[in-house]
Amino acid sequence: MDLEIQQRVKELTEKYGAENIVVVLGGSEAEAAGLSAETVTAGDPTYAGPLAGVSLGLRVYHILEEEIKNECDPAVYDEQCGMMEMVLDVEAISNEVRTIREQYTQFKD
Amino acid sequence: MFPVIKGASYVLVHTPDMVIHNGTTQTLERETNPDSEYLKVLRKHLRSYEDVVSYPVNQTYIGNFDPEELANLPRPWFEKKLENASRYGKFGEIMPEDEFYGLMKVCDVFDLVKLEKNFTLELKSKFENNKYLSELVSRLGEGNEIEEINKLVENGVAEGLYLNDNLVGCVKRAHEYDINLSAHVITENLAVKASGVLAALHIIEKANIKKEEIDYIVECSEEACGDMNQRGGGNFAKAIGEIAGFKNATGCDVRGFCAGPAHALLYAATLVQSGVFKNVLVVAGGATAKLGMNGRDHVKKGMPIMEDILGGFAILVSQNDGVNPVIRTDSVGKHSIGAGASPQAVIEAIVASPLEKLNLKFTDVDKYAPEMQNPEVTEPAGAGDVPTQNYKMIAALAVKKGQLDRSQINDFVKKHGYVGYAPTQGHVPSGVPIIGYAREKMLSGDMNRVMLVGKGSLFLARMTNLFDGLSYLIERNSGIVEDKKDAVTKEEVKKMVAEALRDFASHLLEE
Repeated sequence: MDLEIQQRVKELTEKYGAENIVVVLGGSEAEAAGLSAETVTAGDPTYAGPLAGVSLGLRVYHILEEEIKNECDPAVYDEQCGMMEMVLDVEAISNEVRTIREQYTQFKD
Repeated sequence: MFPVIKGASYVLVHTPDMVIHNGTTQTLERETNPDSEYLKVLRKHLRSYEDVVSYPVNQTYIGNFDPEELANLPRPWFEKKLENASRYGKFGEIMPEDEFYGLMKVCDVFDLVKLEKNFTLELKSKFENNKYLSELVSRLGEGNEIEEINKLVENGVAEGLYLNDNLVGCVKRAHEYDINLSAHVITENLAVKASGVLAALHIIEKANIKKEEIDYIVECSEEACGDMNQRGGGNFAKAIGEIAGFKNATGCDVRGFCAGPAHALLYAATLVQSGVFKNVLVVAGGATAKLGMNGRDHVKKGMPIMEDILGGFAILVSQNDGVNPVIRTDSVGKHSIGAGASPQAVIEAIVASPLEKLNLKFTDVDKYAPEMQNPEVTEPAGAGDVPTQNYKMIAALAVKKGQLDRSQINDFVKKHGYVGYAPTQGHVPSGVPIIGYAREKMLSGDMNRVMLVGKGSLFLARMTNLFDGLSYLIERNSGIVEDKKDAVTKEEVKKMVAEALRDFASHLLEE
């Protein structure tokens, strides 16, 4: 995850509290999405950015996961994500992000 | 009359020592984490020149190994060595690092590059025996003492140029305080210029044109040259043209991140179609900053550092000759400011719209050429196979438009896109690598139409969050040079005048 984005996530969490933040990812690869999920939960695994050693434990989902899809207006979701849903490996991405979330988030809801 | 693509050249430069000393991933690591494990093992992961030449993907880039053949070669490609691989290909060459330092010296008109004396002697003999470089040999000069070079590097007023870790030369700063003229920036810019010159020297032969026939140059790499009062003042185009010997040309630089070449080629096409210039050259050199950009991931996965090459290309756009492929300037698709940022909106704007303009279906295009990055470079870094993702997106939009069944997406991807074979040099992969092969196949009648798609991530400059994209079709020439529909012959003019006079006379009679 980009160092500046890490900084933004850190600042927003400090401002609003971890319980009020949900991170929605949009990465196109399972591995990259997993790394981003890990960064905002357990901390930056590359130890390069502001979240190195900082475990925010945020709620984190990928935009293509069912939980997020069900929250969206179907017409808008289809317009914005319908095409990419066909293109990307939704199952692999969802599994990767879910695994990280279940392991590291501090909110088990 | 649509303009034509008269030729294309593609060059690579193997620069392993520049990976260590000039790639930003490595320079940043040295600054922030000087004792890192990555820096310790880096050298062991660098490929030899022979390995870089025999790497199948590089042979495809310079024209020796058809992309269809590359697609049939099982991966990993970096473990394969292509038999009969050659430094030279029908589109260009893979230059070794020592000669490239010589070319940087040749391109330096401010006495900023210093090369060691014996090294200069070696280069002289290599340049003399090279048909592309022999004319430039006198510009190498006599060289400098190594003590002098050492001192400049040690005092921090110059960047070292190394071969296998041995100092063989340096690039001096051009100003004491101006960061835009620092030794680092001058090295970066001279590398752009030198690799651009190499591509320009090749296009003369490949497009079979005389140097003096080039009227205008559009340069479209990713760096900016200037000083502290105008960071991107320019002008690489004219600087490259000067060394390449294009005496009758002027030119200018065009930038747009990875979409830069697509914009540049369109400018060239419109300048020719409007009749302002007859022969416009689009040229770009390589980016040293991007050397080893994903090196950490390559090392982590036990691979060689794949980003050990600079890329460059040149494309000549000329008046319609009835033979070469045409750029359909009436098919331009663009991602406009208000188009929206979702992938669907982007593909709609830059892929569907050119097709709709010419009343074509998605399957009427033989090959789509979006970002053509070599997947072996991007996949280990978690960015996936970029060209394949693009072809899938195009196919998915075709499904949404009812032109393709969902079950046909994978077949569409295989049939309508080449595997990626361009170095990840930002601007280099963006559509343009297809032009060499597409032109050949259109000339032989094996291909009718490709779509060039340039895409750019503008957020990197922090001036806008907007995405950019520009696209158009390139088609086989119909062979009709004169547009009969609009042309009026002398006889037709006489006939029209006679008719008008008759009409006038009949009016007079009626009165």
